[in-house]
Order: sequence, then C-alpha cells, then structure tokens
Amino acid sequence: MFNAERLKVKLAELDLCNPTVLASGILGITSKSLREVARSGAGAVTTKSVGLEPRDGYANPTVIHVECGLLNALGLPNPGIHKFSEELKELGDLEVPLILSVYGYSAKEYGAVAKMGEEAGVDAVELNLSCPHVKGVGAEIGQSPEKIREIVKEVKVQVKVPVFAKLTPNVSDIADLAKAAASCGVDGITAINTVKAMAIDVETARPILSNKIGGLSGGAVKPVAVRCVYEIYKAVKVPIIGCGGVRTWKDAVEFMLAGASAVQIGSAIAFEDLAVFKSITDGICKYLERKNVKSVNEIVGMAHRR
Amino acid sequence: MSGWHTDANQLRTVSIQKVVTETELVKTLYFRDKHCASAKPGQFIMVWIPGVDEIPLSISSINGSLVSITVKEVGEATRTLNRMREGGLIGVRGPFGTHYKVVGKSALIVGGGVGTAPLMLLTSRLAGEKVKAVVVEGAKTRSELLFVDQLVELQKNNGFKAIFTTDDGSYGTKGLVTDATEKLLSTERFDIIYACGNEAMTTRIFELAEKYGTPLQASLERFMYCAMGICGSCVIGKYRVCRDGPVFNQTQLKEVEDDLGKIKLDPKGEKVKA
Repeated sequence: MFNAERLKVKLAELDLCNPTVLASGILGITSKSLREVARSGAGAVTTKSVGLEPRDGYANPTVIHVECGLLNALGLPNPGIHKFSEELKELGDLEVPLILSVYGYSAKEYGAVAKMGEEAGVDAVELNLSCPHVKGVGAEIGQSPEKIREIVKEVKVQVKVPVFAKLTPNVSDIADLAKAAASCGVDGITAINTVKAMAIDVETARPILSNKIGGLSGGAVKPVAVRCVYEIYKAVKVPIIGCGGVRTWKDAVEFMLAGASAVQIGSAIAFEDLAVFKSITDGICKYLERKNVKSVNEIVGMAHRR
Repeated sequence: MSGWHTDANQLRTVSIQKVVTETELVKTLYFRDKHCASAKPGQFIMVWIPGVDEIPLSISSINGSLVSITVKEVGEATRTLNRMREGGLIGVRGPFGTHYKVVGKSALIVGGGVGTAPLMLLTSRLAGEKVKAVVVEGAKTRSELLFVDQLVELQKNNGFKAIFTTDDGSYGTKGLVTDATEKLLSTERFDIIYACGNEAMTTRIFELAEKYGTPLQASLERFMYCAMGICGSCVIGKYRVCRDGPVFNQTQLKEVEDDLGKIKLDPKGEKVKA
C-alpha cells in the first residue's frame, strides 16, 4: 500500500524521499539531533540559522505558547560557522539532504558562511532573509528586493549547491521579493518565515518575550502562508518550499495544491513530536492513492488550474 | 509523548503564597496552580521571573493545589526569585518531561545538594506505594544540607532510612555522597536507584549502577530556551532533556555516555564542558 515512489520529490537538484523538510530553527544545532530527525522520517533537514560569528540568544522567555501557535524571539543563537562546520562534517553520510540555513549582516557575510557550509558538505543553503527579531539581519534585509538581489547574486557566485531564499511575510507584497530572488538565479523559495507578533501578560502588564516582539508560527499563520505560496507560485517559476503551520497531511497537501513542491515542519514538533514526519507522509500517500495520483509532484499548484 | 499537555504549556501568572528559607542560598517558594499540582516526581516547570529570565526548576512538593519549587541562588534569575516575597508574581508553564517511575519494592535515592528537591516529591510518593527506601543526601557542609528534618521525620514513619554525607564531616558521614552510595550498593541489594545532583555526581552514580547491575533513573539538567522539544538547546546525544528527559533510565544514559558528564551546549549552541 505504501508506495515510496509516489512520494519522491525533486527539489532543485535535491532528491527527497518525501516532501517533508525540517524547518530551520528547530533542533538543528547538533549533528546527532539532525540525524534523529532524519531517522524519524523527514525528507530533508535544515539546520538552525548560522552566521559568521557565534551569537548568544536573548534572555528567556524566548518561546511561548499562545492560543493559536508559538511565539518566539530566540535571537539567532548559534555557534558560528567555524565551529558549526565540525557538526556539518559529521553528517557526510546523512541519508537525507542537508540544508544549511544562513544569516548575515551583509551580502559578503551570507556568501562567506554559505561557502564554508558548502566546503563542510551541505547539499543546499537556505538564506534566512526573514528573521523578524534581530536588528540588522534577516527581515530587515529581506524586506528590500534590492538587498535580496545583492545577497542572492553574491551567494550564487560563492557556491555551486542549490540556494533557497526564505522570505518574510511582513511586507505588502511577498511576490515582489520572490521575483527579486528569482531574477538572480535563486534555486527555490521558502515561504514563509514567522509573522511579527507579540503577547503581553495582563497580571504583570509586561510583554512576555524578553525581546518584546517576536515571530508567530504554527496554526495561526497557516492561511497567511498558503496565500503567500499561492501568490509566489503565480509570480515565479522556481520551486517553492511551503512553511507555516503544517501539522497534518491535510495541511501539507493544501500547501502543495497552492504551489509548494515540499513543506517545512517546525512548530508542529512541539505538539506532535518527531512522529509528525511519518504521520504526514503516510497521510499524503493515502490521499494520493485515494485520488489516484501517481506522483506527489502532480498536485503541486493544482489549485491554480481549477 | 512524555507528559505533553497543550494547556499546561501556556503561561499562567501566579502569586507566591509563602517563602521558606532552607539554607543561606536555598529557599522554597510556594504557589497555587492546578497544572503544576498534577506533576509527577522529577518533572519540571519553566518559571518566569518577570523582566529577568525564565528558568527550568523541578517541583519539590505538592499538597492539593499548593506547589513548591526549591531554588538555589546561582545567578541573577535565581537571586531575584529568592528575594521575592509573599504576593510577588511569577509565571509558570508546564509540567514538562519524563518522571521517576516506581520500580520494585526497595529503592536507593541519591541526592546532591539542591538536586534533592525533586527527590523529596518522589519520597512522598514511594511512601504511599509502600516502597522501602534509603535516602542518601550529600552536601559540602552541614549548613548546606536540605530537608534534614523532613527526611528524619520520614524515617520515623515509613521505615525509610536517611543517610547524610558532608565533604567536611560536619554532619553525618564524612565524604562524598557517591562513596556512601557505593558502600550501600556493595552490601545491600536495591531494585532501583533514583538520582538527582550535579552531572559529576550523576556520572559516577551511572558508573556504579553499571558496576553493581542495579537499574537507575537519573535526572539531567541543561540550559533551555523552549522546554517544548523544538529549540534543541538542551540536547544530549540524540535526546532532548526537556522532552525525552529530564529523567533518563540506565539504557538511555548508556546511549549518551559519550556526552554524559563531558559535553553540553551553551546558549549559543556551542559545545562546552558539562
């Protein structure tokens, strides 16, 4: 009944055994935990965002659970690419593609980190152009199509592996950002990163996150993310990796119908644990069978043709 | 799924009902919360000290809806917490993680310093289950020993035995808690060892459990951001302390032997000495 062929996805030059990908920022800080995620059924894994220099996260609270999702402002904690390369090198025999998430303060930094990642053996890089809670990086850069062009160009010069751009939804037109990235040869678009948000405790009258403002993920952002993927699919030809509130096979299929070739999973791990990868791929498989569809690739963007 | 409750993960603001001074640096703070009151021994909660930090702490007692945490001052967050008074507001979420499980009829409980806190909740549960237990608590010196009166009291009522060790010999047996543990293991047979203390102690207890062929459940501690099993800051080997732990069994500890007592992640995610 379970047909492995049906679930295979070609994403840029990456071969995925299924369309589920571990989202950046989740568990991807040591080789052993990335391995554990791969073993639990992810089709590819993305590391935490790594920069040129080590960086502390913010003081806690950094991740909180709100009614409809998770709110976080971790502050891009990471050991820096020099140290992290050692972890990456331990993953040479990882059974699924390894994607390095990269952030930087300039195009040069993005390029340098991506290059070191490639040298350490990653199969692709994802540019974090969308972190909503660290000044001077991520979304502050990624809200500008010019900056995106500059960064994608530089990274494409530095590395041969596929380059994905992870975009922020905190703009008036995300398709413009996707077009900017695609015009410079990006190999794929990841959409979306978290939505800028905050929560205040009414008893103490204080913002709960130490950074006050953070990014919302999980179920609450799913309809926003599906809309973004739908708009990006219309605007560009490159493959899209959908991200934002994927928790069930139905969520994953919805993203694919909107135009995503694969989906990333993050917050759902808090609720469903690592079994979420297997339960989503099993569900997609049953859906395809029921609809008599031979390959998951056939449903990508189907909602546009209806 | 290690005790995951969606409701319990949302932050509740609670007021401190009572503060008890245990030692110069250790206080026990009481508050009311129904989710925390459902915690099993060894589970932990995240405690928000508004404007300062949020830290993982284990529960030391539960009486109805009244719950306590026992806090040692080690940094800014714990210092601020221990200076709070009755009526002060803190945030709590949880309980999280795995817990100590009742195994057999005779237990050896080993606590190092403030690590004795979650074991106190365990002792009261074991008493209810009619498990015979020897509790060994170690500290540097007499004034740092915790819960001495309660442990002596338990000894009277339930056939428990309490043994205290101090590094300087100012109370109980002079020497390390791990040495007293080995002495017990070499002469008596226990169905299970429960341990909580610093990682050097836990590592030694793990070695002793291997040597004497006695099953072990030990609690580990790591720096944590999310406590939800997603941020990866608390990983040891393939496990997450917040979700797969904090209480690990002998088999799991064996699997992470390369890291146990040696490597942990700092807040940057950089590997440092445990």
